[in-house]
Amino acid sequence: MLTDIALILGTTLMYSTPLIFTALGGVISEKSGVVNIGLEGMMTIGAFVGASVGYFTGNPWLALIAAGAAGMMLALLHAVASIHLAADQVISGMAINFLGPGLAIFLCRIFFDGATMTLSIPLDQKIPRPLNGIFAQNSFFDLIFNQYATVYLAFIFVIITWFILYKTRLGLRIQAVGEHPKAADSLGISVFKIRYLSVCASGFLAGIGGASMALSIVSNFRPTLVSGQGFIALAAIIFGKWKPQGATLACLLFGGAQAIVIFLGNPEIGVNISSQLLAMIPYILTILILMGLVGRTNSPAAVGIPFEKS
Amino acid sequence: MIINNKNKLKNIFFVLLSILMGFIIAAFVLKVGGFDPFEAYKIMFLGIFSKFSYISYTIIKSTPIILTGLSVAFAFKTGLFNIGAEGQFIAGATATAVAGYFLNFPSFIQIPTILLIGALAAALWGGLAGFLKSKFNIHEVISTIMLNWIALYLQNYIVMLPGFRKPDTEASYDINASGSITILEDWKYSEVGVAFTDAHQFIGDFLRPPFNAGIFIALIAAIIIYYILNKTTLGYELKAVGFNKHAAEYGGINVRRKMITSMAISGALAGLAGSLHVMGVSKNISILATMEGYGFDGIAVALIGSNSPIGCVLSGFLFGGLKYSGAKIQSAMEAPSEVINIMIGVIVFFMAIPKLFKIISEFKLKKKDGRGE
Repeated sequence: MLTDIALILGTTLMYSTPLIFTALGGVISEKSGVVNIGLEGMMTIGAFVGASVGYFTGNPWLALIAAGAAGMMLALLHAVASIHLAADQVISGMAINFLGPGLAIFLCRIFFDGATMTLSIPLDQKIPRPLNGIFAQNSFFDLIFNQYATVYLAFIFVIITWFILYKTRLGLRIQAVGEHPKAADSLGISVFKIRYLSVCASGFLAGIGGASMALSIVSNFRPTLVSGQGFIALAAIIFGKWKPQGATLACLLFGGAQAIVIFLGNPEIGVNISSQLLAMIPYILTILILMGLVGRTNSPAAVGIPFEKS
Repeated sequence: MIINNKNKLKNIFFVLLSILMGFIIAAFVLKVGGFDPFEAYKIMFLGIFSKFSYISYTIIKSTPIILTGLSVAFAFKTGLFNIGAEGQFIAGATATAVAGYFLNFPSFIQIPTILLIGALAAALWGGLAGFLKSKFNIHEVISTIMLNWIALYLQNYIVMLPGFRKPDTEASYDINASGSITILEDWKYSEVGVAFTDAHQFIGDFLRPPFNAGIFIALIAAIIIYYILNKTTLGYELKAVGFNKHAAEYGGINVRRKMITSMAISGALAGLAGSLHVMGVSKNISILATMEGYGFDGIAVALIGSNSPIGCVLSGFLFGGLKYSGAKIQSAMEAPSEVINIMIGVIVFFMAIPKLFKIISEFKLKKKDGRGE
């Protein structure tokens, strides 16, 4: 029983991690007033670049940073469009969602002999597990805490993001720009600069989110790897009321629901429910919880509205 | 009125320019990847137009995304972003597949019946998202994403039900032949048919793919949507909600109910795509490992088509043609067919930034003025 709980908690952490990275990025971008619906595309390019840099260099950390940079490149496109060119941010974000997977698979075919999957990264070149061997194998704590380093990194990023947004001058500026860009502008804050920074940060985090899947949960990139997680992260942002801690909780909830599904799907548990019906649980749960949270959503006031200096 | 027409022309010009940019940048990507872009475009062009069967396939490929495009565009007009066309497609396909297998009326009853059942199921699925928005204030982007996955697993569950699953396969039984909309399906394989198509090569060529009546229904749907949006009170009210929710409410429009209506109609359109796909092409439903992308492609179709019904039909054909012929550069020259997704992404990207073209044209004007002085 105890190990079952530990197993579920451990799986929760593992599956929440890519979502947490990505959702944090989304929170930062939206706080500054730029809708980022392109998270899915940024995750996908991150997953591909992470997997292939990891494969060719053998260095998972370099791969992680490269993945972040790749996500940032796409984010930069979105930033130029939505900040300088006053784009419809939903449309430009959607464009990113076509460009990201398109580019990822295009490049994959070129670098991997026409295959849409990258070659697997050897086990010892994946993201390490820092706490491996500290607890007895398959003991309660081992099952929970013997995670890939990306899991811990994600939670560190939650704290950093929270700190930056609420405790630093930069964070207050990001919020000001997202709530009332004109007022911020009149106080001498560069709306454009802050928004560029925020959107690029979101691309970086989404890229890492995608790579955290390719470099730890599995060991390669494939076209179905991300399949919709960027959108789930988007849902977590709204669910978490545009707060880093709220979005993180939403990601954990989603990861937890997935972990329970995986646990119940194990034939040894002996739950006689179709795995297909079980697989719906996280999605139904999300809707049910949102139904319970009736009320105003606290989106940043200027989110989605291009700022044009008059 | 004149201004309106001028704007329309400007918009068309802008769309064409975006498409051109898509082709140019995709060519550049191909070139960098070590492929001859002219060769690739030639293969694609011939891959659509050089044979009647290719044209036929292009039409078949375009049918579902014209409808999902219409679906997304319709919701957009009410200010709703329907990411859920995917799930509504699945709902329509599943309902039609079940009804088409268990019911067996004469064709002239069977076809409209199972089509309607599919559209209705999808209208409920879409309307549910509208209901969640109007009653519980749940953003439609979230609810439709969740409903997409629920629909996918629900279809997988239904496919596997004993009595419906074709034994030892990952698919359901085929629908009864009375519900098929494939044109001249029996005839083209009959003795007379074979003799006829041998004598008239081009007809045989055109009918070799599963050419079906779906495209006609899609075109009729586009006309109906055009009519609803432009000539009815409902369309006026829906657009008013999309234009300014608060003003519409002040003007006495029941905004909440209009949202549900809009999502239901939007869902029905995507559902039609799914139903027609089952009735004309696949004849059954099978286990889905992941989303097939009809709804996702529909978003691009709607955006490129500027959310107008006519635009959706045209961009649906464009997208369908690109997708079908894009696969051919893979086999012919081993150039990744994903370049099509890049192209679509670029087109959509440029569609998002009308200001860029404005800046360029203003810049040119300034230059001219400068010279004049």
